[in-house]
Amino acid sequence: MDINWANVFDWMQLLKCFAVGGAICVIGQILIDKTKLTPARILVTFVTIGAVLGGLGLYKYVVDFAGAGATVPLTGFGYNLAKGSIEGVQQSGLIGAFTGGIKAAAGGIAAAVFFGYIASLISKPKMKKQ
Amino acid sequence: MDPTQSKKEYQEYVDKKSPNSPIVKNIFNAFWTGGLICSIGQIIMNICKERGLDQTMSGTVVSIILIGITAILTGLNIFNKIGKFCGAGSLVPITGFANSVVSPAMEYKSEGYVMGVGAKMFTVAGPVLVFGISASIIVGIIYLIFNTQSVTLV
Amino acid sequence: MQKIGKQTIKFDTPPSILECSSIVGPKESDGPLSKYFDQTLEDEFWGEKSWEKAESKIIRENVANLILKSGVSSNDIDFVIAGDLLNQCISSSFGLRDSNIPYLGVFGACSTFVESLSIGAVMVEGFAKNVICATSSHFCSAEKQFRFPLELGNQRPPTSQWTVTGSGAAMISKNGYGPFITHITPGKIVDMAIKDANNMGAAMAPAFCDTLLTHLKDTGRNPSYYDAIISGDLGYIGKDIAIDIIKANGYNIKSNYNDCGVLIFDKQKQDTHSGGSGCACCASVFSGYFFKQLKSKNLKRILLIATGALMNSTSSQQGESIPGIAHAISIEI
Repeated sequence: MDINWANVFDWMQLLKCFAVGGAICVIGQILIDKTKLTPARILVTFVTIGAVLGGLGLYKYVVDFAGAGATVPLTGFGYNLAKGSIEGVQQSGLIGAFTGGIKAAAGGIAAAVFFGYIASLISKPKMKKQ
Repeated sequence: MDPTQSKKEYQEYVDKKSPNSPIVKNIFNAFWTGGLICSIGQIIMNICKERGLDQTMSGTVVSIILIGITAILTGLNIFNKIGKFCGAGSLVPITGFANSVVSPAMEYKSEGYVMGVGAKMFTVAGPVLVFGISASIIVGIIYLIFNTQSVTLV
Repeated sequence: MQKIGKQTIKFDTPPSILECSSIVGPKESDGPLSKYFDQTLEDEFWGEKSWEKAESKIIRENVANLILKSGVSSNDIDFVIAGDLLNQCISSSFGLRDSNIPYLGVFGACSTFVESLSIGAVMVEGFAKNVICATSSHFCSAEKQFRFPLELGNQRPPTSQWTVTGSGAAMISKNGYGPFITHITPGKIVDMAIKDANNMGAAMAPAFCDTLLTHLKDTGRNPSYYDAIISGDLGYIGKDIAIDIIKANGYNIKSNYNDCGVLIFDKQKQDTHSGGSGCACCASVFSGYFFKQLKSKNLKRILLIATGALMNSTSSQQGESIPGIAHAISIEI
């Protein structure tokens, strides 16, 4: 299949993605430096905020505007879970609230578990030099 | 004046005495590295779409590829250096989630594959799933309550 | 042996430190004190399968080297007193399980080295002939237990300290030509409600000052009596704070005070932020550097005050503050 590289490198779209993705990370950096939150807490905060904004239907606008700039940060992971849950409810009611979220995020979770396991098989931790 | 006269005074004194993180530099690095990681994701997503995948599937492919790259870099003992430089720039994107799954898996290998790798894999990232999934279920239930006309309970 | 003042013990026949031995990891051997250590390692695993096993090997080899250097037959060693940072002090007990010497495991966090020297000195003054005091710590095993997996890509705040990989050990003996342990001042727990586990120096500095001031009062000495006053691992921030607090209490220690955590690493080149820490910080710097300075009479009287933060990750997660402790030992020739 031919790929239209002009569509792949849509500069305007990439710029928006870069700016929004960068800005979300900056919020994270300010949280790290100013509040002394541990990395785990930062990740939890972002996922939860993403799920809430997704549930309120607000995060959709960020995704429409910035594409991967909004879906690659963990807020996007939360948004994805919430979106999946809502879609699940639409399809199959209450049960969908339980199945929809993980179904939507299944690829990422499974990949992290699997690659984590593989990495532990073949690799060993090493001392940080700095 | 002796700063150890009261605990409150000492805390204030210590806050004044302790150097702050180089926040301007950190923010700058977090911005451009975070933006870059998202842009790489966007390029992968565009390629997927060009190949005829739908939006949802493309998003999943982006996640899997970024997680895979992170796992490789973590396994090669490189990601901790990237993380030290990027800060939130590599922590907040899905790469940070992947790194926080892969790094304990490697670290606790010495305690065996079941109780080490298997059990400790989610020591850092577990809360992300707990809170993310719980929040999404609550969102779904609230949606169900406010939209009862359009859906039927199972 | 008698108690003087509030909490200081003065020895009538001061026990002698017969010999010291030290082993450090690769990062420490890139530091400014590199040439003083007996052995430097090239990698943190040292041929072992885990960080914990490597740390056990470090303390085992270090004690073996100490016995060899001292020329004392291991039958003549009455006790070995050792400790480390890992849960239930496994580095020391696993490292020394085949040593065939009566063993006492002690825990005082990073103050363990001086704690074990104090106990050892009391034993030697009493009934023992030779006692070994040893401690170890390992950057990787400490990170794993107290902080995060090594491969996690996080940033260390500028107040954080770097756990020293290595071990220091000393042989205290009834017979010997010095340097002698003349006084010990075991410290009390001081908690100034610091909660930031990335700012140990600030948490421990008040304990250091409390012990130092008590020692001076009990002995009637002035800080200038000592050629060097050495704290264990306050790091740059803790050192600054300590100087301030002591100054507010009427003494200026700026000229003869230093910190092992400051000395062991090159802050600019090695990016260790606030300096070194860990049981091995004070132990290896004393065994490697200060003991040799005392032997060669470059320094005649030193006051070694090891500092410790008596917390673990559970207490931090439960929102507890960090209790500090500091034990002082006066070593003279």
